[in-house]
Amino acid sequence: MQDIIDKLSRLIRDAAAQKRPLCIRGGGTKDFYGGPVHGYKLNTGDYRGIVDYEPTELVITARAGTPLAEIEAALRQKGQMLAFEPPQFGEGSTLGGCVATGLSGPRRPYSGAVRDFVLGVRILDGKGDDLRFGGQVMKNVAGYDVSRLITGSLGTLGVLLEVSLKVLPLPVSETTLRLKCTEAEAIERMNRWAAQPLPITATAYRDGDLGVRLSGARVAVEAAAKKIGGAPVAPAQAEHFWTGIREQTDPSFAGDAPLWRLSVKSTTPPLALPGQQLIEWGGALRWLKSGADAKTVRDAATRAGGHATLFRGGDKTIGVFHPLPPALMKLHRNLKQAFDPAGILNPGRLYADL
Amino acid sequence: MTTMVQEAPVDLVRQHQVVTALRAFLPESSILFDHEDVKPYECDGLTAYRQVPMVVALPETEEQVCRILRTCHKMRVPVVARGAGTGLSGGALPLGNGVLLSLAKFMRIIEVDERARTARVQPGVRNLAISDAVAPLGLYYAPDPGSQIACSIGGNVAENSGGIHCLKYGITVHNILKLRIATIEGDILGIGADALDASGYDLLALMTGSEGMLGVVTEVTVRLLPKPEYAQVVMAAFDKIEKAGQAVADVIAAGIVPAGFEVMDQAATRAVEQLVKSGYRTDVAAVVLCEADGTREEVADDVRRVQHVMEKSGAVQTEVSRDEAQRLRFWAGRMAAFSAAGAISPDYYCMDGTIPRKRLGEVLRKITGLETKYGLRCANVFHAGDGNLHPLILYDANQPGELERTEAFGAEILELCLEVGGTITGEHGVGVEKINSMCVQFKSAELETFHRVKRAFDEHGLLNPGKAVPTLHRCAEYGRMHVHRGQEKFPDLPRF
Repeated sequence: MQDIIDKLSRLIRDAAAQKRPLCIRGGGTKDFYGGPVHGYKLNTGDYRGIVDYEPTELVITARAGTPLAEIEAALRQKGQMLAFEPPQFGEGSTLGGCVATGLSGPRRPYSGAVRDFVLGVRILDGKGDDLRFGGQVMKNVAGYDVSRLITGSLGTLGVLLEVSLKVLPLPVSETTLRLKCTEAEAIERMNRWAAQPLPITATAYRDGDLGVRLSGARVAVEAAAKKIGGAPVAPAQAEHFWTGIREQTDPSFAGDAPLWRLSVKSTTPPLALPGQQLIEWGGALRWLKSGADAKTVRDAATRAGGHATLFRGGDKTIGVFHPLPPALMKLHRNLKQAFDPAGILNPGRLYADL
Repeated sequence: MTTMVQEAPVDLVRQHQVVTALRAFLPESSILFDHEDVKPYECDGLTAYRQVPMVVALPETEEQVCRILRTCHKMRVPVVARGAGTGLSGGALPLGNGVLLSLAKFMRIIEVDERARTARVQPGVRNLAISDAVAPLGLYYAPDPGSQIACSIGGNVAENSGGIHCLKYGITVHNILKLRIATIEGDILGIGADALDASGYDLLALMTGSEGMLGVVTEVTVRLLPKPEYAQVVMAAFDKIEKAGQAVADVIAAGIVPAGFEVMDQAATRAVEQLVKSGYRTDVAAVVLCEADGTREEVADDVRRVQHVMEKSGAVQTEVSRDEAQRLRFWAGRMAAFSAAGAISPDYYCMDGTIPRKRLGEVLRKITGLETKYGLRCANVFHAGDGNLHPLILYDANQPGELERTEAFGAEILELCLEVGGTITGEHGVGVEKINSMCVQFKSAELETFHRVKRAFDEHGLLNPGKAVPTLHRCAEYGRMHVHRGQEKFPDLPRF
């Protein structure tokens, strides 16, 4: 495996010397996400395999090219899971892509995001140097938290080689309930429930239906189900529903209109924007299928204390990610310079000048 | 440790210049520079390191913080930010040629949003004050460092503080949403969002635990959680430390995520029982506390399973807290462990390494060996849930040579933590205390990356210089002085 690292490192060094952009690629399932990709393909898919997995430590370390499906299968075998429920968006999705995009699924508001579970990383920086940050233990405050800084940076700060993640036990039992209500009622309920000690692990609202997933000890799930009310959903149907939300195969994601991701304060009232919306994350995430212009969408997200991403489709030249204030943008450029002085790693994938 | 006690003469000319510049916008009561006024700021919770600051500034508004920083930046005066000063690694140790920026006057809870379960607070607000303020709403702020009654939220952000409930509820970085940061240039940055994520790099994570090296926190938005309905503790006694370690692994393997999970060795339980009557067995090698929380149904289920697993793992006795009073009594001993060490020994030195849980038995056995080597006793308490080990080395600073032996003992424990795949600091931070051990944990290219990150925020190195990340020069010096374990020349040659 060291030969793969040496080769990747050499490619990075050569590219840096010639200021030639590199496009880092694992399984290629998230090519659609972020700014336009260009440059020589740096394939990380060969650097794969689980390096270390100790169920009793609640930690798994795997190479970036390891398929997510392989990791999740290994965990399931020991009754554990990636609690942030990363979307795969297709076959061959890798751990590297999961951490680089920083995307989390329905369980995120209740368990944490990818970044909350990342314990350590091994990367090649923009000079081809092989570096390790963080570690394989739960608590570690030695040095700046580079592991979490790298998470979600879309490959612009380094090429991920290995990642250590905290894992959690699979819940013993699970129930999904369906409640009929308006959008405003759904938002109100999701926030009210979150303020109570209930074992909720996912919420989603669309077309008059509010889905709530409860997970944990059987007795706890049953008691909570009574408090929440609504109609229980058959397990197979529930599984299908949550997978549809996580993988965006749910019918509400279909259609040609651009897909916007609005990350907002959870109590934000229904957003008056044209197009179809799906709400998850206890109200904190609003998916919008809409041809509305970028300024309208972004202004709405800003007013709601958050930001809007042009997630799929649409005109990427307007900028996929929410523009940053100048002082923050300057810091971003400084950090990019610190990790990738030649500016060759996934340039433009996050922001045009990074 | 005493090697850092300094009384360098203050550069009075420089002091006058800085005080004059600050007087332009700060009231006289917010500037301290007389020796007796600045003396109380000479150290934080790591009292072995002391240095009187040149000037102490006590701003009351964010605008004043920015102007102080702008002034210091212009005059190239280093700045050390300080919250409650309870840190254990010397992160708030002042500089003799610098300004100590105290955030003590920022004590306001600005806003509590009950529906969104967030609180916007000033950095000087005490950790526990947040939970107290929102208790009537059935909410609380989860990270609970031992010093929570006194430590400030700004300091918690700087150190990424943990507590005894972090396996289940996370540390500071998992429980904050948004920060306002004053840069060394005196600008305000809004980092994070009211949403669960923000666009761009995760600067919220980078700032958390950056030990005041990148910016000064002027406001924190924390997440609040619903208070669990109910909690119970299982106390288990083990006649071998290895069995206690195995029991910890077995509980996790059974799919249980305890809210709190602690191990104390015999030296620790004996010290504690002299101070607090918690009902710990002192005739056994280790006592384990395992807390379950949640709904009553969940807790009953978890407690039954925990007790069963512990017994199978060889506990000689298990006991479940009958009521809230007994649950608190079980915890009281663990909470008093540091004070108990202070009660049975003139001085103690608290270490803070993290190890993979499965190596606990082995690490404690090796620490026992080191006790003999250094002729010093050590009591061990262990946040078993997250592998964070706090060996408490007992010593007497008045005995010549004991302090130096203690330091060497401590450094060797940290290297032991690294050897088994852990880290030199789980939650107390590097500060000045563990700066040499950073040279062992990280290689030059990694340390250089840290320095570049610092320069991205603070080009001239004015924020808390000399802390957290060692210079490569310092590491080279340390490497020369210090012979890494197992790499001695002539390892078979006896040494006295």
